[in-house]
Amino acid sequence: MYLGAIFFPLIGSLITGLFGRLIGDKPAQWIGVFFMALSAICGAVNFFNVALGHAPVMVDLGTWIDVGGLQVSWALRYDTIAAAMVAMVTLISTMIHIYSVGYMSHDATPTRFFSYLSLFTFMMLMLVTADNLAQLFFGWEGIGLASYLLIGYWYERESANRAAMKAFIVNRVGDLFFMMGMALTFWTFGTIEFDGIFQGVAAAQDKTIGGIPAIELIAFLLFGGAMGKSAQIGLHTWLPDAMEGPTPVSALIHAATLVTAGVFLMARMSPVIEYAPNALGFITFIGATTAFFAATIGCVQNDIKRVIAYSTCSQLGYMFFAVGVGAYQGAIFHLITHAFFKALLFLSAGSVIHAMSDEQDIRKMGGIWRKIPLTYAMFWIGSLALAGIPFFAGYYSKDFVLEAAYAGHGWTASYAFVMGMIAALLTAFYSWRLIIMTFHGKPRADHHVMEHVHESPAVMTLPLIVLAIGALFSGALLADYFVGHDWLAFWNGSIVNQPNNHIMHDAHEVPSWVPLAPTVAGVVGIAVGYIFYMFVPAIPGRLAASFPGLYRFLLNKWYFDELYDAIFVQPARKLAFWLWKVGDAKVIDGMPNGAAALTASAAGRVTRFQNGRVANYAFTMIIGLVLFVSIFLFGIGR
Amino acid sequence: MNAAGFPLLSLLTFLPLVGAGILLFIRGEEAVVASNARWTALWTSLIVFGLSLILWFSFDKTTADYQFVEQMTWMPEFGLGYHLGVDGISVLFVLLSTLLTPICILASWESVQTRVREYMIAFLVLETMMIGMFASLDMLMFYIFFEGVLVPMFLIIGVWGGARRVYAAYKLFLYTLLGSLLMLLAILTLWYMAGTTSIPELMKLQIPRNMQIWMFLAFFASFAVKVPMWPVHTWLPDAHVEAPTAGSVILAGVLLKMGGYGFLRFSVPLLPEATEWFAPLIFALSVIAVIYTSLVAMAQEDMKKLIAYSSVAHMGIVTLGIFVMNHQGLSGAIFQMLSHGIVSGALFLCVGVVYDRVHSREINRYGGVAKVMPVYAVLFMGFTMASVALPGTAGFPGEFLVLVGAWQVNPWVAFFAGFSMILGACYMLWLYRRVLFGRITKDEIKHLLDLSPREWLTFAPLVVLTLWMGLYPSSFTSFFDASVTALLARHEAALALPRLAGM
Repeated sequence: MYLGAIFFPLIGSLITGLFGRLIGDKPAQWIGVFFMALSAICGAVNFFNVALGHAPVMVDLGTWIDVGGLQVSWALRYDTIAAAMVAMVTLISTMIHIYSVGYMSHDATPTRFFSYLSLFTFMMLMLVTADNLAQLFFGWEGIGLASYLLIGYWYERESANRAAMKAFIVNRVGDLFFMMGMALTFWTFGTIEFDGIFQGVAAAQDKTIGGIPAIELIAFLLFGGAMGKSAQIGLHTWLPDAMEGPTPVSALIHAATLVTAGVFLMARMSPVIEYAPNALGFITFIGATTAFFAATIGCVQNDIKRVIAYSTCSQLGYMFFAVGVGAYQGAIFHLITHAFFKALLFLSAGSVIHAMSDEQDIRKMGGIWRKIPLTYAMFWIGSLALAGIPFFAGYYSKDFVLEAAYAGHGWTASYAFVMGMIAALLTAFYSWRLIIMTFHGKPRADHHVMEHVHESPAVMTLPLIVLAIGALFSGALLADYFVGHDWLAFWNGSIVNQPNNHIMHDAHEVPSWVPLAPTVAGVVGIAVGYIFYMFVPAIPGRLAASFPGLYRFLLNKWYFDELYDAIFVQPARKLAFWLWKVGDAKVIDGMPNGAAALTASAAGRVTRFQNGRVANYAFTMIIGLVLFVSIFLFGIGR
Repeated sequence: MNAAGFPLLSLLTFLPLVGAGILLFIRGEEAVVASNARWTALWTSLIVFGLSLILWFSFDKTTADYQFVEQMTWMPEFGLGYHLGVDGISVLFVLLSTLLTPICILASWESVQTRVREYMIAFLVLETMMIGMFASLDMLMFYIFFEGVLVPMFLIIGVWGGARRVYAAYKLFLYTLLGSLLMLLAILTLWYMAGTTSIPELMKLQIPRNMQIWMFLAFFASFAVKVPMWPVHTWLPDAHVEAPTAGSVILAGVLLKMGGYGFLRFSVPLLPEATEWFAPLIFALSVIAVIYTSLVAMAQEDMKKLIAYSSVAHMGIVTLGIFVMNHQGLSGAIFQMLSHGIVSGALFLCVGVVYDRVHSREINRYGGVAKVMPVYAVLFMGFTMASVALPGTAGFPGEFLVLVGAWQVNPWVAFFAGFSMILGACYMLWLYRRVLFGRITKDEIKHLLDLSPREWLTFAPLVVLTLWMGLYPSSFTSFFDASVTALLARHEAALALPRLAGM
């Protein structure tokens, strides 16, 4: 069971990848789905045993690295947080595999797609069940590779290739910090296995490196890694571009799983970063800023997938500021509910794109809700959950996160609460802007496209319905365990709050207007969305015209790409070329070539009988040898 | 005295030479000679590889002593002798050499069509030199083999190379020879001081501090060029570009390791104080190498040149690891040398595959190859990932261990060396994207054939090793664990002496 949940996807990946062409496209795809489903069953059983049965399990698989006190093993660490993640990942991945059978049916190489998808799932599972930082890094880089392959899946498109490279390289910037964090962890604790680290925290609190407490620096460095993977402001630029991949990829990787790896890392390392107050403040600040910043951009984008991508970025910000105020449980709770409704939104968007003959620009949609009513309903459910409307999944988790921010200490927590509230309003606004522009109003596509608009086949709508059930009920079902009165027994020590961190308790003691506020913000956002795009559609245009600077600033995504291009990409290119043509060719090679030319001409004069370069060089060598031996003898004679 | 019961190392060293001797006597029509030469060379190298597996299975990993030792006195009055043996540091390099040679011969099966017999002779002589160098326990023998490697390599590049082969061959020869002469000087000094050239005997020598510094510089001149370290690296891209595919594989796979091996065998154990004193300089050069050459690699238009520059960057990690002088760093450096031997060798083979078909190394001539050569694309992707040190591939453990080790000495050094993670991804993915991805726009690309069975055979062992070294590196690190421990203990003890004296 424990092994199966992790390794069935790998088996599926190998079979579809290596033998896909022999087996044939359709059977190979269903084999992939079959192994994923097996894995999901194992995942669910494990969740009941480990998390609900309070029985953590360790499965040892062998040694990986063992060098001079640095011991790293391959092992599966099933505790509550891992079991919850495994159950979520396998379930959603299974749904997305099934959906992909329909979505990729017109593709030329669907087995390759399935192989990548299963490989991704395996790597993600290795990440969440890791027993040490290095194995976590194995999964971490593995999902990076799978994400690179999937973003660039349509490799004949230049834009896809560019986006794939960008994703990998921006993630690598974060990975450098992760790697340094691992090195410092080893320096501080003498081990990178979680048990050893967690036991050594008390002893390590006095250690400093360069005047900075080592634990603070570890937290900063690991968060640097998390910022890359989870697309926090500064290292977020890859995520919107990653929408070049097929839509099921966006749903699985760039909404539900990969991007949440950073949040998971923070929660997994909670026993350490709990003792890094400055780093936590920084995490809160970055998370809150990201939540706000991504939401503002989401309001003006015109690509259906990019709007949802920025929404993901923004929701990840919520998770991080929950981590920052010490409510890791809330962060994981939001992570899981978000996985359901965001995957649902993406797959629904995929269904729309499928129906609209691969059109993604919402300015060219509209008037299709009667033609694809099921997708339309799914989109509504996803959006209601995202906006935090009562009794949908997002309501429970987002409310809790905001309550925790309100109850948190320090100015960063207050900042997070304010930013979170504004972002909640914006979230509801752009979600309904998206719904109305996509489904309502007059059709803006040409009649060829409109004639072909059709509801997706059952193989695609069935996963939608399963995810919709999750988006409807997962919040209500899980709230008690994750953040309600059973939380202490449920988490069973897999997430640690330090003794004077009472956030889990305080979050329930906030004034009564606080739990209501996100709902009000959501409803106001929806109302504004209706006014702007349904009832008085002239307003958005007029607003854009009266604030052209602000509009362009948002439309161009706060100019991050341009900034990075100017600061990093172009200078690096120029420097690279300069180092090659001047540094290597002129300076370094200039010396020996110049010397050679010099000796050649000199030798040419001295030894007229021997012409040609061989002799010249040989002559140089002999002169050199004589010189050296003379010095040597001189040394001995002294 | 000898675990194998027969002179295994001598056999390994000189069997290729016997093969080369047999090749000399092949007579007949040119096509027949070529075919016979290929098969003879292949069988010889395979037999050598098979024999060398004895090392893998019966090497005693618990001790740092020399094993499979063969010793004969030759001129006892001068302290000269014939002395072979391997310890944990050298044994895997012997295996690396015996593994790569048959692969190289297979890789040249069709691409070399002129003077096949001479080519194969050169390769077998090269194998003798490489194995002899790693197995020598006598300093003079070491020097002879160390220099001897240059001769067949010079010929392989100069005769079977590309357009500017003569320039490249001379550049290689001169750079490395000038350094070696200084090393010869150091060796002569050592001989003069100790009265023997036996390496185990030399290790007992106490060398005065300022003498250590001079000798370190002399050894450094030779090994730094071989590694190659910045700024004496420019011979490598030229040599790689002009060398035939198999030449590049050996050059990157084994010859570059001679420098790192030299540091480990001589500089570090013999000259502990100088090692300590020069370490900051080496760190600086290594970090510059990593960042500088990675950037230069990004600007390259020639596939082989790009991979050549990436080799310099990877070897920067190696020299860094050797001189941080802790267990992680040293093990990481040795592991990185081995994995780089496999991975960069494989990458050069990958370039060779398309070069054989299109006859161009220029990146712009390609694009969209993945469409017509899917299997090749998968292999190339795997080795690309190993080159950027993705965990689970051979490239990761070495880089990881070196960075962890470097952090303990100086976090900033580790941080800047870590830039190889980012820059490495930049140039390798940029290469991959331009060659394999994209739409096919050139006609000559449209009809390329995927890997032939022979090419499959050359890649198969490298694929297995890349994954094996990535997933279970312990089976390799366990070979040199005891030796590294002994080396460190020796280093600590040697440094403690002058410290005590100073007190």
